[in-house]
Formats: sequence, C-alpha cells, structure tokens
Amino acid sequence: MSQHTLFDKVWDLHKVKDLPGGSSQIFIGLHLIHEVTSPQAFGNLRDKNLQVRFPSRTVATVDHIVPTDNQSRPFKDILAEQMIDTLEKNCRSNKIKFFNIGSGNQGIVHVVAPELGLTQPGMTVACGDSHTSTHGAFGSIAFGIGTSQVRDVLASQTLIMNKLKVRKIFCSNKLSQGVYAKDLVLHIINKLGVKAGVGFAYEFSGPAISALSMEERMTICNMSIEGGARCGYINPDEKTFNYLKNKECAPSGDQWTEAVNWWKSLASNKKAVYDDVIEIDASKIEPTITWGITPGQSIGVNEKIPELEAIEKDDQYIAGEAYEYMGFNPGQEIKGIPVDVCFIGSCTNGRISDLRIAAEILRNRKVAPHIKAFVVPGSEMVAKEAINEGLDKIFIDSGFQWREPGCSMCLAMNPDKLIGNQISASSSNRNFKGRQGSPSGRTLLMSPAMVAAAAITGKVTDAREFIKP
Amino acid sequence: MKSNQNLPRGPIKKIKGKCIFLRGDDIDTDRIIPARFLKCIDFDTLGESVFADDRINSNALHPFDLKDYQDASILIVNSNFGCGSSREHAPQALMRWGIRAIIGESFADIFYSNCIAIGIPCFTLEKEVIRDLQEKAQQKDLILNIDIQKSTAEIHNVCISLNLKESSKISFLNGEWDATSTLLENIDLIEKKCKELPYMKFSKI
Ligand code: SF4
Repeated sequence: MSQHTLFDKVWDLHKVKDLPGGSSQIFIGLHLIHEVTSPQAFGNLRDKNLQVRFPSRTVATVDHIVPTDNQSRPFKDILAEQMIDTLEKNCRSNKIKFFNIGSGNQGIVHVVAPELGLTQPGMTVACGDSHTSTHGAFGSIAFGIGTSQVRDVLASQTLIMNKLKVRKIFCSNKLSQGVYAKDLVLHIINKLGVKAGVGFAYEFSGPAISALSMEERMTICNMSIEGGARCGYINPDEKTFNYLKNKECAPSGDQWTEAVNWWKSLASNKKAVYDDVIEIDASKIEPTITWGITPGQSIGVNEKIPELEAIEKDDQYIAGEAYEYMGFNPGQEIKGIPVDVCFIGSCTNGRISDLRIAAEILRNRKVAPHIKAFVVPGSEMVAKEAINEGLDKIFIDSGFQWREPGCSMCLAMNPDKLIGNQISASSSNRNFKGRQGSPSGRTLLMSPAMVAAAAITGKVTDAREFIKP
Repeated sequence: MKSNQNLPRGPIKKIKGKCIFLRGDDIDTDRIIPARFLKCIDFDTLGESVFADDRINSNALHPFDLKDYQDASILIVNSNFGCGSSREHAPQALMRWGIRAIIGESFADIFYSNCIAIGIPCFTLEKEVIRDLQEKAQQKDLILNIDIQKSTAEIHNVCISLNLKESSKISFLNGEWDATSTLLENIDLIEKKCKELPYMKFSKI
C-alpha cells in the first residue's frame, strides 16, 4: 500500500470517516457541475427533500451542449435550451455560482476552473465528468463521478470511495522538438494499456514532466482516465505556484505565502512508497496518433498500423474490431491517410498554448480545399486571449472556422458532427466508435500541431515538417 | 415499458434471472449510450436507446435485439466494461432496459461506482469462467440464481463463486447503496472536516 505520496496525504486530510467493508467517506473541496450530468441530481435531491448543503463549494458552467456557431438564446435545439435553462434555475434556486455564456468565464469546465484559480493543490475535486482528472495537474486529487454521486456531493459535500493504489509513471529525459504533451500521454496509454489504471491513481513525475508548462501538465492528467486511472496528478512546484499567482480565486496577500508553504508540504516525499513504478523515456517518443477505436491503439507518425500478431493476445479482439470499423489494413502506413474534418479544441487541447502552436503552423498557409476545419477555444478567456494575440485571424485566413467556446465535436452533442464514415483529425481525447456524432464516423487523435498539419495537406502528416528548427 | 418497472429499492439479497451476453473488451459508455441521448433531464426513456449505434450497425443481430433475450436481467461481459465517460446514463440505460446485475472480467472504476449507486451489483470472475458462461448463454437459456450474501451464482445445481467488493456487498445487503442518507448521518463530522481543511480559510469562491 502506498505511503507518504501526495495522494495519501490528500486522502487522509479529506477522510471524514472509515466505513464498513474498507471504503471511506471523503470530503470534496471543490465540486464542479455542468448541464448534462447535473439535472437528474438536482431532481433527485428534490425528490428526497434535501438541500444543497455547502452551496459555496459548487461552481457551474455550460459546455457540453452549447452550439459554437450561434449562441443566441433560445438555442435552436429545444432540448439543449431546456438543459441550460434547467441548470440556470437550479443554480439560482440553490445559490450556486454559475458562469453562463457571455459572463467572460464560460467554457469547458476543466479549462475554466484552473484559469480562475479555483483548482488548487491539496484539494479534492469532483465533477460529473470523467476528465475531471485534468485538475490533478495542480496536485489535487480530482476524479469524475456519476449523477447519483453528484447528488451525494450536493447533499453532503462527501462521497463514498475505496482508496486507490498509486502508480508512479516516471518520465525520464525530455520530449524532442515538435513532440508535445499529447504525444507523451498517448504513448503512455499505448505502453500501459487502457485498463492498466483501473484501481489506480497515476502520479506523473520525472524531468520530462517537470519541464512541461501547467497547460501541458493538464493535457497529461486529462487523459489519465483514458489509461483507466480515475485520477492522475503531478506534484506541485514553482510552475504551479506561478500559474496560480494573481488568479481570480487564488489566495492573495499574506495568505499567499501561507498557502504556498502548505502546498509545498503536499508533494510526495522522497521516500514515498508506491504500489507500482514504471519508467518511460520521453526522448524516444515521436508525434503519436491513434489508428483504432481506443486511445491505446496508437503509433508514431512514421510507423505502420500493427499486424494482428504484433499485438498482445488480450488486445487482439478489439484490434480486429478496430481494423474493421476504421477500414484500415494491418501494415498500412498511417502517414498519408486522407482526412475530412480537422478539429482543434476540447479539455485536452483547447487552451491558449494549444491554439498558439496550431496558429504558428497555419500562419501564411492554407487548409486543403476539401477539408472542413474548425477551432473551438476551450473557454471565453482562451478566446479573448487568442483574439488579443490575433490568432483568430491566422486561423480564419488559413481557412479554419473560428467558433465560440464549448465541447463541440469532442462528443458531438451540439450540431458539430461527423457525417457518415468521415475521418476526423482531432485534438480531443476519445476515438471511440461513434464518438464524434456519426455511428460510423472515424477519429484519429493527435496533438493540435498534427491537426494543423493534417488540415494543410489534407492527410496525416508529420507536423515537424512545418516546424522551424 | 418493462424497463421502468421494479427498479432496485432497499436491501438487495438475491437476484434471479436469465443471462444475456456481450463479447468484447473495453466496451465504452459512448457505445452503451451514445451522447445524443444525453440530452434529457431525467433518465426515464434511456432503456430503449441502450447500445443504439451498435444495434444499428449489427442489423438487428445484436443480443439486445434478439427475441430470446428480451426478458434477460443478468449481463455477462468481458474486461474493462464501461470505460470512458462518467455518464451515469450508461448504467441507467442498462437498468431501464431490464438489467439487474452484471458479471464481467473487470469494470472501469467510474462505471462500477455508478452501478453500485443505482443498485446494480457488478461481480467479477476469471476470463475462462466468463467465456464459458457466455458460451452457455448463447446456446440456450441460462438462468442464474445469485446470492449476494454468499457471493455465489447457482446454475442447475452447480455453484460458482463470484467476487464482489466487501464494501459494495455490505451496502447491498443493508440497502444503503443509495448512499445519501448514510453520508448525512455524519453531518457533524463533515462540518468539522470542512472547518479544519487548510484551504477553506483562503477560499474565494
Ligand atoms: S471537451 Fe470533451 S472530454 Fe472534455 S469535458 Fe467536454 S466533452 Fe468531455
């Protein structure tokens, strides 16, 4: 059993009570809600005649269903309008802080909370969304929950949980030029598999992780769940503190120093005990891209789609499903596969640094004629900053559509959907069958740089061809 | 609709029912219930949309479409079932279709918690035993008699032991899987914890 890791410290600090059978009641420091997984929770709370117990510990925004072309209300989609309307009413009647469209702070919940400084080291963070693991980048213990658990947090600010084991993923050396956090995390998931993380929290550490910016660290922790780990985290350091400094909801004045001292004490001890440790050499990683229907089915851009025999026995069944669904052949090169749609956005790669990287590649270049390309900033703040820097113009000049913030084609609950078996080059996090809105649509996951490169050539391309050394 | 009848309530001790099976690892929650069905403010109608796209793609040959399985209530799956999104709509859709227990090689963590929270026990078994059960369920009606206290399943007088987390087992037996009231019993401890947490004093929410 792990000892003296950040996970152990935060867990112990938030434990309200041990429960029979080995589970614990855990206090949730920050609860984030959105329109899709909260209405039933509020409904259930009303059925049980209960109140929101700590309304100031819950913060809401809208992201999943919002249209990204025309956001005027009421939305064209009546069901979407009903969902946002329900969230507005629930927040109003329960005195919950709500960042609505046009507030300046609306956006994907996992983009918004960090940029406001709501997410801080040492907190427990829960949200009815599996990518809550993103917030672990700050050294918080953050995980997704379902709607019944959202109800429980609303009612009691606590949850029943079984303690997770801790696996340290030590990333040695450094990523090479043109290789990004997205490539690193796709590579890790490929090496460990999509179920290795079940029952674990992932601690990402080592020089390759320390070298990453906070936004890149969020990309890493975001996809912990794709490796099966409900939560992933990175020990807080100077970069964490610098990012948080002067953020709207971060501590200030005398409390700042006090907070930083406390945050420093949370990092895993040098002599911490882990349930498992593995090492990844970051310098060996190439731009990485998925070819199949799970985020673990990925290869380097210069590799070939693996033959069935080269795949571990346990993974062969789903590999067979993947060849069939994707219409790709084992042994086929991934480079050069034509794409139809290019999507830059999502809680994995919809932040300002992602937009900067993609825009740099697109500057003075044009999107291939048949490609539908669009960029959806992760939040209103990201959009504002991008416009300040003139990135929106670069995207538009190249042939990209510049959209309003939201989840958009990451899960296609708004009108942005693949059609038929179109192939999308996507900076999002899931390539599941049907994920981007068409039951036969196909998704290739990659970094924003790779999406930009694919948009220019109209096919899977090594983004390094467009990056100045 | 059959699915919204007799939803789990109170203590759950025994589950008897016919088995339905799905083959394949890593069946994600987007497949169990595609995102377009998440546009709803209650779960009531989700049962009919379970596996919607998989069913379209398999031309009515999907087990959830076959006549023989329409009254099944125990689902037998392979590994990492329910991976991906946290949407509780996935187990809700299964439950409202008629599923009352799931047996598999392994389950994704969030999916597992969601099932427990709505009264659907998820048991694990070794790969070979699962394969054998799937085989049997495909050939003819397979009726299982599950006893949660003993963690066993009986098929025609043969008894197999099932694995179930101790904490989940206790909550099913005493009916506390719907956890809200159990959690609220400790409200004094919760209030105390909230005051103690170092970051509460510099919170600006
Ligand atoms: S961007 Fe995609 S993965 Fe992230 S919260 Fe939205 S739908 Fe979920």
